[in-house]
Amino acid sequence: MDFALSEEQELLAESLRRYLDDACPVTRVRELVAHEAGHDGGLWKGLCELGIAGLLIPEEHGGSGLTLLDAAVAAESLARGVAPGPFLDSAVMVPVALLSVGSAEQRARWLPRLATGGCRIAVAANELVSRRDGAGVELRDGRLQGLCLMVEAGPGADHLLVPVDEGRSLALIDAAAPGVSLTRLTTIDRTRGFAELRLDATEVGEWIGEPGSAGNACRRMLDAGRVVLAADILGASERAIELAVAYAMQRQQFDRVIASFQAVKHMCAEMVAELEPARSLVWYAAHAFDAVPEEASLMACHAKAHLSEIGPRIVRTATEVHGGVGFTDEQNLHYWFKRVGVDRQLLGAPEALREEAARLQGWID
Amino acid sequence: MDLSYGPEYERFRAELRAFLAEHAERAPKGGAGVAAGQAGPALLAWQALLIEHGYAARSIPREYGGYGAEPDILKSVITDEELNAARVARGIGGQGPEMLVPTLLEHGSEAQKQRWIRPTLRGEVVWCQGYSEPGSGSDLASVQTRAEEDGSDFLITGQKIWTTTAHLADMMFALIRTEPGASKHAGLSYLLIPMDAPGIEVRPLATMTGESEFNEVFFTKARVPQENVVGQRGEGWKIANTTLLHERNMLASSAVLDGSLRSLVRLMEREESNGVRAMDAPLLRDRLLRLQARVLAMKYHGMRMLTARLQGKHPGVAALVTKLAGCELSHQLNALGIDALGELGTLYEGSPHERDGGRWQSQHMFTLGLIIGGGTAQIQKNIISERGLGMPREPRPPARS
Repeated sequence: MDFALSEEQELLAESLRRYLDDACPVTRVRELVAHEAGHDGGLWKGLCELGIAGLLIPEEHGGSGLTLLDAAVAAESLARGVAPGPFLDSAVMVPVALLSVGSAEQRARWLPRLATGGCRIAVAANELVSRRDGAGVELRDGRLQGLCLMVEAGPGADHLLVPVDEGRSLALIDAAAPGVSLTRLTTIDRTRGFAELRLDATEVGEWIGEPGSAGNACRRMLDAGRVVLAADILGASERAIELAVAYAMQRQQFDRVIASFQAVKHMCAEMVAELEPARSLVWYAAHAFDAVPEEASLMACHAKAHLSEIGPRIVRTATEVHGGVGFTDEQNLHYWFKRVGVDRQLLGAPEALREEAARLQGWID
Repeated sequence: MDLSYGPEYERFRAELRAFLAEHAERAPKGGAGVAAGQAGPALLAWQALLIEHGYAARSIPREYGGYGAEPDILKSVITDEELNAARVARGIGGQGPEMLVPTLLEHGSEAQKQRWIRPTLRGEVVWCQGYSEPGSGSDLASVQTRAEEDGSDFLITGQKIWTTTAHLADMMFALIRTEPGASKHAGLSYLLIPMDAPGIEVRPLATMTGESEFNEVFFTKARVPQENVVGQRGEGWKIANTTLLHERNMLASSAVLDGSLRSLVRLMEREESNGVRAMDAPLLRDRLLRLQARVLAMKYHGMRMLTARLQGKHPGVAALVTKLAGCELSHQLNALGIDALGELGTLYEGSPHERDGGRWQSQHMFTLGLIIGGGTAQIQKNIISERGLGMPREPRPPARS
């Protein structure tokens, strides 16, 4: 029985945190994203040199062949530092899709480039989760037609992975191909870039797997993405608690530090009491993805839904512990608040995920 | 991460299953450990058999009536799992075996260990805990029940409250003020009190559930030998704190949460209002799924804490949140059971149309008691923030002159 992070995983978290503290403290994040949301200013290249992009990619293709738990550990550390970069798409969802259904030739061609950061592939995942404002992608006369909103890491992507026909097929297209247009969308979270993708008679560059056989790949891609988003909320929430406690220990009112008031202490205790069991849930969901496949989708839904409930409450409470200064732009706390706010909605909001969890258990049709 | 137990432990599990297959007929039913004092002869015999085979009192030394194996947390976990799965009694639990015995092993004299541990393990001596007083709840160290010296004895005067099983108990372990001149914490001793001593009166304490799960105990110059002090005089606070830790771990078990969730799912699949199952009512279902995520989180949290213990690591602040989070969750599960039943959820005391023996209501109230007992939720938050996060104590008001 060993339900704990391994020494290597602890080391991965520690080295990543040290690297980010040094190369990209929040003041640097602030500069990077001031004019362009999601702009990483070379940070992603540095992270790729540390091997972050290749965690899930097998060694034969230039990665380190690790598990989703390792990716979750990395995501937690990245969110602690509100680091920009295309980790969710290029390092998690796309490798999972290629490993799930890609041909040997496709893996050999794409995975080494993803592992070194030599290409960036964004997933038009919204197509699998929610269609609004007339969105929807279809195949018309063998070409792609339609609109997909909220493509994370879309700005700056050189290729796009597009689920077609409700996720039964997966098309990979060049972002520069005729008929492709990416238009920036602005969210509250400047640490990530979003775009809407318009496809007008765009030729399919290549199908990942046989057309019509990508259902399982899309399922795995969503499961992995949801676990990694849960880990992102975990990391952001954990950092927000640390910032709140540190602030309470030095802020004085009524001639004493506010950390000595039970009203403040209890807010901090409640945040920790929510977060620590949730951390165990995220670990198990990540573990299940590789080791307990029959539970993987259910656990991914639960982990993402639960972290999406407690995360926003934690970052809100951390802001309240800071009082007025927490509400200011200058204090920077809002970067974590906004990161969690976006995480909550991506790849399925909690209500929808719980409905999916009920269906997966046969509780409803 | 490796959630398997490994060959040595799977062998242990196989032996235990074979034991259960052979002896299942003699095993009393019921998953949870039955408190000593409520045990009939069948359970006492079952407990003796469990000890003989090392499935109870496993790591208690043989000379004190245990099985005498090396402490092994995983074997205890497997034993709990298998006895639960077989739906047979886990033997005798409660405050004697689970709180007093570990305390005596750590702090008791040789004579005390020889005298008390064996009959306690076998359910022949039943214990209750005398800590709280009407004037001393969260501020436990302020207890006022006092001992006057009288030759080689103490004469005890005062009152204890919230004493589970006091009406069935042969003995009480208690925090008593024996050193009148000493400071608050240094004035207390941990004392073993025979409940049949003249001057002790037990009165049942009815609670909001309608049952009397607790008692009040009144002492009027009750005579207790001074040799019944465990450890040194004045060390009672330190010793009591080691047992409180055992109690808090006892109060929030993830197996209980898991059992409640399963009952809740069955209830919601079965109960209908206007022809619609509770499970098909979207708002009730959403609440169920929210709670399921929390039950799963507590389950894996328990595995994480277990791993830390096995590896001899201190899990830090994470270890301090179990009681707070687990008791609240237990309360919420029962609240949803009531809401799924609607008006019928209010039926009680064997009323027509009552479901599940009224247990959703009784457990809903009883778990509120658990949120308060064993250190209130607010005291837990103080512990988490002070010991876990290093935040300072609330400054004390100036001392009264």
